[in-house]
Amino acid sequence: MARFDVLVLGGGIVGCACARELTQAGMRVGIVERGVVGGGATAAGMGHVVVMDDSPAQFALTCYSRGLWQDLQSQLPASVEYEARGTIWVAADAEEMLEVHAKQRLYASAHVRSEVLDGLALAAAEPNLRSGLAGGLVVPDDAVCYPPAAAAFFLEQAAHDGAVLLQGGEAVKLEGGKVTLKDGTRHVADRVVVATGADSALLPWLPIQRRKGHLLITDRYPGFVHHQLVELGYLKSAHKLAEDSVAFNVQPRSTGQMLIGSSRQYGDAGPEIDQKIFGAMLERACEYMPGIARLSGIRAWTGFRAATPDKLPLIGPTEDPAVFVAAGFEGLGITNAPGAARLLADQMLGRPTAIDASPFLPECVANFASREIVHA
Amino acid sequence: MREVHRISVTVNGCRVQVPEGSTVSAAMLNAGSAQRISVRGEARGALCGMGICFECRAVVDGVMHRRTCQMVCSEGMTVETQP
Repeated sequence: MARFDVLVLGGGIVGCACARELTQAGMRVGIVERGVVGGGATAAGMGHVVVMDDSPAQFALTCYSRGLWQDLQSQLPASVEYEARGTIWVAADAEEMLEVHAKQRLYASAHVRSEVLDGLALAAAEPNLRSGLAGGLVVPDDAVCYPPAAAAFFLEQAAHDGAVLLQGGEAVKLEGGKVTLKDGTRHVADRVVVATGADSALLPWLPIQRRKGHLLITDRYPGFVHHQLVELGYLKSAHKLAEDSVAFNVQPRSTGQMLIGSSRQYGDAGPEIDQKIFGAMLERACEYMPGIARLSGIRAWTGFRAATPDKLPLIGPTEDPAVFVAAGFEGLGITNAPGAARLLADQMLGRPTAIDASPFLPECVANFASREIVHA
Repeated sequence: MREVHRISVTVNGCRVQVPEGSTVSAAMLNAGSAQRISVRGEARGALCGMGICFECRAVVDGVMHRRTCQMVCSEGMTVETQP
C-alpha cells in the first residue's frame, strides 16, 4: 500500500491549502517542498485578498475564495496579519469613473459590497493621494495578509490532521503516482497534485510563463495609507500580455509599513532588480501619491508570477488520472488558494463544486494546446 | 577653557539647551527621551552610533525615520520620539 493517498508537490500557499483540504477529507497527504514552505512566489507577493472581475470565471473564483478567507478569519493566528483593509480602485479621470460605476454594478449583481467614491470622498479616505483624482470604488471586504504565515497556518492544520511535510526534496520526475526526488528517493501515491507555481518542469505542457514583478517595502509610516490602493488602469496594464508594464499599487501593513508595486515583465528570468522598470514603478507610485517620494524604502525584491495565456489558473485533473494540477495563479495565488484547494479536493473526491470548475480545467488547456499544434 | 556655545532644541515638547555640535540622539538621550518605539512597544535608542543599525530613528522637524546619531542639532529644531 502506498504511504500516501496524495502527494502534493510544492509547499507554497496553494499546495499547503490543497494539503489542508485533502487531509480534512480524510486522506493521507504528503507535501514535497524543496526549500522553505511559502518561500517562493508566496513570499514574494503582496498578500492581497481581492475580488477581481477581469473575466467571469476569475470573478467567480475570487468571490468564492474571498468568502472562504472570511470564513477562516476568526481561526487565523495573528502572524497571518489578516486585516480587512478594503481595496480602493482609484479612478484618475472621467473615463475611469465610468469603469468604476460599471464595476460597482457588476459587484452588486454578485452581492459583493462596494461603494463609489467621488473625488472628495476619495481624498477624505486617503489624504495622501494627489488632488484632482476623479474618485474610486471602495471594496470594503477585500483584505491584506502575510502570505508565508498563511501558508504555514494551512500546513499546520494539515499536519494536525496527519499530513507529512517532506522537506528538502525536489521532485524531478513524475510518472503517474510515482514521484522521484533529486536524490533518487521515490514516493508512491494514488494521486499527485502539482502545485509548483511558475516551475512547470514536471509538466512541461502546462502553458505557464514566468512573469517577473518588483516590490518595495517602506519603513513604518502608520496612517499614511489606509486601504490597499490600486489604480484602475491596473486592469489595462496587467492584461497587456506582451509588454512590460507598471501600475500604482500600494498596500498598508499592520506594522505601518507599506508595500509599493507593481511591475510585470516577461522574458526577464533573472532575480535581480531591473532598475529601469523599478524606477518607472516608483515614478508611477509618486504620480498618484507624491508623498511617497519622501518615504524611506528599506528593501526591494523581485518574484515570479506563474502566468497563463487566459489569465486563469489551472485547477483539477489531467489526462493522467493520477495527476492533478493547481498552478498558474499569476497575481492571485493568495486570494485564490482556499477556493482552488476546495475545487481541487471536490474534483478529486467526486463532490459537487460550489462554482463552475470547468474554466480552470487543465485538460481543456492540454486539448487546446494540441489543437493549436495540429492547426499550426 | 573655550566657552561652549549652547543652542536650544525642543524634545517631545520640552525646550532644552544643548552644546552646539551635539548630535540629535545625544540631545534626546540627555532629555531622557527614547528615539523611537518598536513594533512591540519597546523604547529604543542609538545603539551603534554610526548610522548603521537604524535604532536611533526619530521624527526631526516633522520628518520620520531620521537617523539622529548622524544629525547635528540646529537652533530651534523640533525632535520627537517616533511612534
